[in-house]
Amino acid sequence: MKEKFDIIRSTCIPIEIDNNNTDNIIPARYLAFTTRDPKFYGDAFMHDLRYDADNKPVADFVMNQPEYSEAPRNGVHEIIIGGQNWGSGSSREHAAWAIAGYGVRVVISNSFADIHRNNLLNCFVLPVVVSREFQMELFRTVKANPQAEVMVDLPNQTVTNLATGHSESFPINKYKKYCLMNAFDDIDFLLDNQQMIIEWENR
Amino acid sequence: MGKTLFDKIWDRHVVQNVEDGPTQLYIDRLYAHEVTSPQAFDTLRDKGIKAFRPEKVVAMPDHNTPSDQQERIDDPIGRRQVETLKANCEEFGIRHFAMGTHDNGIIHVVGPEKGLSLPGMTIVCGDSHTSTHGAVGAIAMGIGTSEVAQVLASQCILQSKPKTMRINIEGKLQRGVVAKDVALYIMAQMTTSGATGYAVEYAGSTVRNMSMEGRLTLSNLSIEMGSRAGIIAPDETTFEYLKNREYAPKGDAWDAAVEEWKQLASDEDAVFDKEVTFRAEDIAPRITYGTNPGAGIAIDGTVPTMESLSETEQTQLRGMLDYMQFEPGEKLEGHPIDYVFLGACTNGRIEDFRAFASVVKGRKKAENVVAWLVPGSWMVRDQIIAEGLDKVLEDAGFELRLPSCSSCLAMNPDKVPAGKLSISTSNRNFVGRQGPGARTILASPLTVAASAITGVITDPRQI
Repeated sequence: MKEKFDIIRSTCIPIEIDNNNTDNIIPARYLAFTTRDPKFYGDAFMHDLRYDADNKPVADFVMNQPEYSEAPRNGVHEIIIGGQNWGSGSSREHAAWAIAGYGVRVVISNSFADIHRNNLLNCFVLPVVVSREFQMELFRTVKANPQAEVMVDLPNQTVTNLATGHSESFPINKYKKYCLMNAFDDIDFLLDNQQMIIEWENR
Repeated sequence: MGKTLFDKIWDRHVVQNVEDGPTQLYIDRLYAHEVTSPQAFDTLRDKGIKAFRPEKVVAMPDHNTPSDQQERIDDPIGRRQVETLKANCEEFGIRHFAMGTHDNGIIHVVGPEKGLSLPGMTIVCGDSHTSTHGAVGAIAMGIGTSEVAQVLASQCILQSKPKTMRINIEGKLQRGVVAKDVALYIMAQMTTSGATGYAVEYAGSTVRNMSMEGRLTLSNLSIEMGSRAGIIAPDETTFEYLKNREYAPKGDAWDAAVEEWKQLASDEDAVFDKEVTFRAEDIAPRITYGTNPGAGIAIDGTVPTMESLSETEQTQLRGMLDYMQFEPGEKLEGHPIDYVFLGACTNGRIEDFRAFASVVKGRKKAENVVAWLVPGSWMVRDQIIAEGLDKVLEDAGFELRLPSCSSCLAMNPDKVPAGKLSISTSNRNFVGRQGPGARTILASPLTVAASAITGVITDPRQI
């Protein structure tokens, strides 16, 4: 889960659902577990859209279609193109664990819910905000050609549709970029400056 | 230039602004529940560290607790989670309100009513409805489990400061219209992402005239339009509510605190990044028709039609209506229902039970309806009984259950079966939220009560 981030070049899974809330990303019944096993959460990713009530794959759901069903690995399906307001609703970090556990490294959307966006970053999944136009172009490209690749270059903060050559830059603050590129956790940052916290308390 | 209330509290809690990065914000109160904390405690154990300020942390189980009895949890997975919270609290020296004790309840109900959430505080919890506590005049935000670990380890979080938005609601509410309707109305206007990136302050005469319970409902639903926080400036209503609460300051300390809290308001010349105003008279009792809380209408209105919608919007509406089994243009008033739920951190407070009881008093529950009436805390339940409302409910054919998150999120036995239609005072009508395949209509306690009596979706103004 905690892999250093640099440049990701991969085919994509288009999940064209607006307001894809965290209840969709992982249903509440998977929240009752105390495990941290990535595979457990990865298997539950989008569960109730992927599987019907009898646990049979829903054939027409994108993640079950042959061209998108292969589990993510190096260069394959490591990027999700998502609908707008991705990750709204519950603060459950289990949603980010599900995405990371499935093997996804990047989610691209034109908007993310605030809490989920932070959770993704804390799980070393990069949320990439693009314009609505570029998001739509990426959907078109990836749906027309499932082999099409997108390149996400964190050092240069650019995302490129390699099929069209179109590119956009995306925002991320210098601190978080450093964290992702060096697999550095917020908690380590906070523990490193504990003296400052104590001084603040005693000010 | 003046400062907003949010900015004032935020600025007082800044430990440092990380260069070209987030703010390191000091947290006065961390609440923990059984669902989003176990992995955070694991992180502390991995690192071999203790809780940094355990006295600032309060924990209680609420999501998995059953509402029919609290002697045991039959589901081994849920039971383990609740037991894990207790064991973690013992290990890390954290105050824990155990299931079945009269301290227990839903965190967002218990925190304010015990005086653990106070004006001027920064409050976080691994739960998006932490926004609730903003109603006492605090910055209260939902966080993820990694951040729960950060707060346990350092009493701080790293967050970028949100933009500020003021939502003014002016005027007198119509009869039969309560805080829940106001929130559902605002959400429909703002959409479920309309306040993403912002911290909202609620203001205006309607809010000033709301009870504390009403304000807690309003702040609770802030997250449903994307805002992590929903703050309301503290005033006499707030002070009156908090006075003599178990953990609130007492005596001279109370007087001093109130003097300080009176300063907690946005300056007159404060400028918000965005400001919107709604009129109370425009608001009718509300219901939702779709699968997000913003998909709502006035109770006497009709489901939207496809006309004038973009292709994407049409697809979305069709998807929602397929799931809900409603038609475009359909009038929902009079539609039969199967389940009613009164409770949750949205509407599980004493005033909500008074409202429900006032409607059902001297009437009978419809036979086709299964009703779950679940107080948000033991304090609420004890108050219900002290006021004799349990008798009113019983006479009308209802049963008062035990405090729990209950049917809000299908993590305990109170699940609505697939295909059944529920009218609920909870906060989310997402697909499968109350149980796989369950269909949820969100409404106020008054509307839910009226519907419980008739067995169909009913305008409380008609009863």
